[in-house]
Amino acid sequence: MIRALLTALLCVLAAPCLAEVKIQEVTSPGGIKAWLVEDHGIPFTALEIRFRGGTSLDAPGKRGATMLMAGLLEEGSGKLDSQGFAQAREALAARFGFDADADSVSVSAQMLTENRDAAVALLHQALTDPTFDQASIDRVKGQIGSIIQAHATDPQQIASDRWSAAAFGDHPYGSSDLGTPESVQALTRDDILAAKAASMTRDRLFVSAAGDITPAALGQVLDRLFDGLPATGAPQVADVAPRLDGKVTVVPFDTPQSVVVFAQAGLRLTDKDYFAAALLNQVVGGDGFSARLMNEVREKRGLTYGISTHLVILDHTDYWQGGFASGNEKVAEAIKVVRQVWAETADKGVTEAELTAAKTYMTGSYPLRFDGNDNIAGILVGMQMVGLPADYVTRRNGLIQAVTLADVNRVAHRLMTPDKLTFTVVGHPDGVVSDP
Amino acid sequence: MSRIVGALALWLLIAPAALADQVTTFTLKNGMQGIVIEDHRAPVVTHMVWYRAGSADEQRGKSGVAHFLEHLMFKGTKTVPGGELSKIVEANGGYDNAFTSYDQTVYFQRLAADRLDLVMRMEADRMRNLILSEDDVKTERQVILEERSQRIDSSPEALFHEQLAAAQFLNSPYGTPTIGWRQEMEALTRQDALAWYRHYYAPNDAILIVAGDVRPADVEELARKYYGPLKPSDGIVPRKRPQEPPQLAERRLSFADPNIAQPMVTRSYLAPQRRHGDQKQAAALTFLAALLGGNAQTSLLSRSLSFDQKIAVSAGASYDGTSLDPTTFTLYVVPVPGVSLADAERAMDKVLADFLAKGVDPDHFARLKTQLKAELIYKKDDVGDLARDYGQALTSGLTVEDEQAWPDVLQSVTADDVLAAAKALFDRRHAVTGWAMTNAGQEDLP
Repeated sequence: MIRALLTALLCVLAAPCLAEVKIQEVTSPGGIKAWLVEDHGIPFTALEIRFRGGTSLDAPGKRGATMLMAGLLEEGSGKLDSQGFAQAREALAARFGFDADADSVSVSAQMLTENRDAAVALLHQALTDPTFDQASIDRVKGQIGSIIQAHATDPQQIASDRWSAAAFGDHPYGSSDLGTPESVQALTRDDILAAKAASMTRDRLFVSAAGDITPAALGQVLDRLFDGLPATGAPQVADVAPRLDGKVTVVPFDTPQSVVVFAQAGLRLTDKDYFAAALLNQVVGGDGFSARLMNEVREKRGLTYGISTHLVILDHTDYWQGGFASGNEKVAEAIKVVRQVWAETADKGVTEAELTAAKTYMTGSYPLRFDGNDNIAGILVGMQMVGLPADYVTRRNGLIQAVTLADVNRVAHRLMTPDKLTFTVVGHPDGVVSDP
Repeated sequence: MSRIVGALALWLLIAPAALADQVTTFTLKNGMQGIVIEDHRAPVVTHMVWYRAGSADEQRGKSGVAHFLEHLMFKGTKTVPGGELSKIVEANGGYDNAFTSYDQTVYFQRLAADRLDLVMRMEADRMRNLILSEDDVKTERQVILEERSQRIDSSPEALFHEQLAAAQFLNSPYGTPTIGWRQEMEALTRQDALAWYRHYYAPNDAILIVAGDVRPADVEELARKYYGPLKPSDGIVPRKRPQEPPQLAERRLSFADPNIAQPMVTRSYLAPQRRHGDQKQAAALTFLAALLGGNAQTSLLSRSLSFDQKIAVSAGASYDGTSLDPTTFTLYVVPVPGVSLADAERAMDKVLADFLAKGVDPDHFARLKTQLKAELIYKKDDVGDLARDYGQALTSGLTVEDEQAWPDVLQSVTADDVLAAAKALFDRRHAVTGWAMTNAGQEDLP
């Protein structure tokens, strides 16, 4: 007991100090806001850009338009065709990434200090003046079609898609944002222009930077980068509650191992119980090898290679989801064990020792995320998207430490609903059938 | 456009020497090597122990034992009972894991820099003091079989590549998958695991790499304290594995699985690796892979097959020269629907033939060299990545000096070197060509 207390105390005292991560809130002369962590140690800057809304803003009947549009941003702009753009980027040794998900269109860039102005000019061109030429549209459609096809025979993807469809139905969260082969094939250049006009505008912009750049220089970069971007886009979609009826759905698929996705209701980041729930998740199915599910399903019984759970918080919904894969002959037992762990935790809660371990892990691992310009920029833009203040970085660990065992166990009773834990199983599971 | 070319010329003035890694080394009396990579930007440390023992060092018939033992290394010792190591690391806010490959087995932890003492003590302890019960072995064997099901048997692409490698190597153990063949994994015993452990897990077969907010003198002192007293193993001799005989016959495979979403053609060639003091050819092949199939827009395969002829969804080439024994250089094409694998393969071969006839485009080559220089800057942002590069090199027959010379060797490669390396490489007698398709008989191999 004394040893445990001492360890805990040492942890608190010795945890890396996050006061060193100094976030500056920068406003450009043109009025664009960004967060910055300045570090002149390595001569490059990482930039993260998000436009809220993402593929959820696909117009009715145009599923896949935003994803296709994001994929085309690097395929030529201004006077450069696809090859010319890629060659210019290579010559600058800049790195650009364009992507989209259910909640945002994202742009990541890393640029050398040496030629930053030229890299910014090139990225500006991609953001504001993409060509969307027909040859590139056809080629990228082919690539997306190929991914859709690959997903159709990937048990992991099938499980996730089937779960989403059952939970969210017609809401954009209920279907793959790649679109269907038919919907993608039907998209025209006008649809792509419309998708860009809907999703990439200044009223939904979030920016962060980390690395070798001063606030003043970042201000200039911001004004140049977003010059000419339209002010407003499409309205955001409605919130949706996942439908979780506690049933098991089996999707027959020819594979030696069944893939399982399970979920129940979650909670918002703004919920007063959020940190208690995050600690509870860490104890039940968190990262690493010491969580209850990992221990019961893998370590004790050898039923899987890995199992974990996450509190998923999207802009318009939230849920608590987990997943694993298990041999067709063993998956019934694995599901039974998951249900047992869930019911037992809901009923009896967690122990003081488990909570202490979860706290030291969550508080101790937090500073480890802030290693490197790329990671810092990513965390900063994510915080802005979910509405956290800049000083959250220094307050967050204190909020976790303040959670009591009574809090966590109260939340276990409140939140965990074993009878609503809903399973999607893809494979040929022995002894598992769909509930009517 | 002209502004951008101007910028390129400017950028080339940066001297890589100004960015020399902060790397120091030491060796303990028992033969354990130590490498320290300093990065003081954040109070974090990565602690790794690399063993010069991978699946390619296994005895025939015992495939998977290196990886099996890696799993079993978490089962505990007298002072740190089963499962406790990970729990202690996690309770200290850290993360720990391990991985096994052909040439190495690696254990690592990442946590606050002032906890280095703790993880070093536990890692040193399990290097010599592992305890395994029959129950541990039985349960963990189920876990590795589930891992094989998840990573390989559920993925027709992974099965296809397993078959390709098996056909590529006539005698080298690289033809056997690291995770093991299922029937051999099922038969692995506690005795097999312990024999492997006792033979290879010793300071004279291990390399310690510590990267992050640490001072080299402090790391060496801790290493002397924890790793210093460990007894070296008598069994560690220079690794000499079965080598390839002359490969005299081209091999062609036809693989069919209803879950192959995309028919594809893949060709691998037997290729030389980076050798101690002799890395030039591997450097040339590194450029060759980038020129032929690196970038999805500008590489030759993409440009010809995806852009000009519009017959491929994607096409590429890959080569990683950090390997103890000769390795592979791989090309692939995923044709668009309606284009046969035969036509895709012919088009791929035409790109290779044209390249051999016309040589290297100097602008393309210059851009790649610029990017490789920039890599040295970007890489400094991730000290864990640098640590992995050193570990990989040192467990693949290379030295710290070889690894430090590598960027200069790359910059010294000429267009003629690349062409010469390509001519030596592209010999179909050394190659395996595989067609992966959805239905057997969908298309017949020529």
